[in-house]
Amino acid sequence: MADEKSNAEAYWKANVRLITGCLIVWALVSYGCAILLRPLLSSIPVGGTDLGFWFAQQGSILTFIGLIFFYAWKMNRLDKQYGLEE
Amino acid sequence: MSQFAINILFVGASFALYIGIAIWAKAGSTKDFYVAGGGVHPITNGMAIGADWMSAASFISMAGLIAAGGYANSTFLMGWTGGYVLLALLLAPYLRKFGKFTVPEFIGDRFYSRTARMVAVVCLIVASLTYVIGQMAGAGVAFSRFLEVDATTGLIIAAVVVFFYSVLGGMKGITYTQVAQYIVLIVAYTIPAVFISLELTGNPLPPLGLFSDHSASGEPLLSKLNEVVTALGFNAYTAMVDNKLNMVLFTLSLMIGTAGLPHVIMRFFTVPKVADARWSAGWALVFIGLLYLTAPAVASMARLNLMTTIYPDMAGQVENYDAAASNAIAYGDRPDWIRTWEETGLITFEDKNNDGNIQFYNDSTDFADRGWQGNELTVNNDILVLANPEIANLPSWVIGLIAAGGLAAALSTAAGLLLAISSAISHDLIKGAINPRITERGELKAARISMSIAIVVATYLGANPPGFAAQVVALAFGIAAASLFPVLMMGIFSKRVNNKGAIAGMLSGLTFTLVYIFIYKGWFFIPGTNNLADTPENWVLGISPLSIGAVGAIINFAVAYLVSKSSEEPPREIQELVESVRYPKGAGGAVNH
Repeated sequence: MADEKSNAEAYWKANVRLITGCLIVWALVSYGCAILLRPLLSSIPVGGTDLGFWFAQQGSILTFIGLIFFYAWKMNRLDKQYGLEE
Repeated sequence: MSQFAINILFVGASFALYIGIAIWAKAGSTKDFYVAGGGVHPITNGMAIGADWMSAASFISMAGLIAAGGYANSTFLMGWTGGYVLLALLLAPYLRKFGKFTVPEFIGDRFYSRTARMVAVVCLIVASLTYVIGQMAGAGVAFSRFLEVDATTGLIIAAVVVFFYSVLGGMKGITYTQVAQYIVLIVAYTIPAVFISLELTGNPLPPLGLFSDHSASGEPLLSKLNEVVTALGFNAYTAMVDNKLNMVLFTLSLMIGTAGLPHVIMRFFTVPKVADARWSAGWALVFIGLLYLTAPAVASMARLNLMTTIYPDMAGQVENYDAAASNAIAYGDRPDWIRTWEETGLITFEDKNNDGNIQFYNDSTDFADRGWQGNELTVNNDILVLANPEIANLPSWVIGLIAAGGLAAALSTAAGLLLAISSAISHDLIKGAINPRITERGELKAARISMSIAIVVATYLGANPPGFAAQVVALAFGIAAASLFPVLMMGIFSKRVNNKGAIAGMLSGLTFTLVYIFIYKGWFFIPGTNNLADTPENWVLGISPLSIGAVGAIINFAVAYLVSKSSEEPPREIQELVESVRYPKGAGGAVNH
């Protein structure tokens, strides 16, 4: 019982760590590259404009899609690793 | 065949398809009605979420907004997609594991409080009703433009179709019609975009075309667009935004608002397993992304097309933009699509300097040296997507397709919202509070009756929109962001937040947000009752009323935390409930108590 409980706690900790990592990337591409850091990225040209504009109109959406699939894949492995899958 | 006949054919065929699906997917139980039986495949659900999510605003208005605002309006692109990351990571899998039918039900159970559940019901109904009125009105406009009936008649036709498949099939009927509607709307959106991208850049993929060279001038498309619009006094399309705080908060409000909207969350209750809820969020964003990656391309290309239609000399390589600007088309020579849209009042012209030509520019810049005495053409943002095929001279079947696509976008979202409203009434209000002993058959009947009433109310308000209907972004997203999202997240990630904390958090987040909106937009949106003019100089720290939902959410989190800290821990069984929600093992299908 105690083992089961600590196993479940370890699973939840691993999940929260993974979520935190994913959300840092999520914030970095949208609030970072596309908005706040855009002036710093303005020297990198992309098709007639700069990298920040690309992140605002395409890059962040593509990253979001990648993030969700990465998270879903990682969680499936965590579920199995901790024996908590359905 | 006439354009009218083609439009009728496309719209009629798509409606026949939806009705066919409704008859095939009739709901036999409350489980069918609320969660489509709970066995929807994640890819199917992803597609249904796509249609559920992408409304008349995404389909019709968004590209127009981006065309007008350029980089500054990228907030809509990031905000309305980034919310899915929050859904997938923070809410969907756990709410699916919880395994009940509605969002207020989770709030009521987790915070062991009927009051909390009722606050959630009110938030849900206000947010969803605001949202659905816009969809109904949008469907009415699409009807009146493409099918030559007046907007109210169009609205009633739309309501009858929605009535048919949502009352009969509930979530089950809605799921499969939404899949069909997704296919109709995405085909309708991308085909004209591909044609226009080919025409302007030679690249058949619009998202790549956006960053390619403009064929006629040989310059990158976006540089060309910047030159053209700045020559006419407008801001550069890719210009930086000075008020970064507001841009960040607006994007954040849209993201957490998206994640907190009950009609989207509900769709995750329909998949068999927790893992499927995660996958279906990913698939949903793929299907949404197809449109959201196309929209910015459509926006810039449509804007350039519009400008070079008025100023033909700007189309190719331009030596002298002043000279090119002085050679606008004569009003008498305007293309047919301008004439058609003038009839709807969405394009208007007034020859201020009586030269017979169209001057279309930003008249906060003085161009008196060009003999201009003010902007003469006003073009409503909403027509860009609808008029795109005509501006680009595409064949008439493409226009029929756009009509069917716009209606699919409006109706699919309307149905999802109506289901959220009716299940809150039949499941949370009637079964949860008024008559807990209602039978399964009785509840199904109550669900169908509430759905019917919701449709009638939404149709009436769509035809006679009240002041708040135009405030979808502020009201629906503000409420979802400031009240629902934070308590849902805390309910999963904290065992310590208790009933008092949740109620205090929701009410303070909601009140703060609404008061801030009312100060600038008028109390209850009644014109003239605002305390301050809604201009950037008056906003606190430059934060617009549209962006305030994010601040309301932070207040909600803080108040809930502090109030919970200073009162007792939630009971043992609630802490166990939180634990059970966190682990996928032992989920089973969505069940009734």
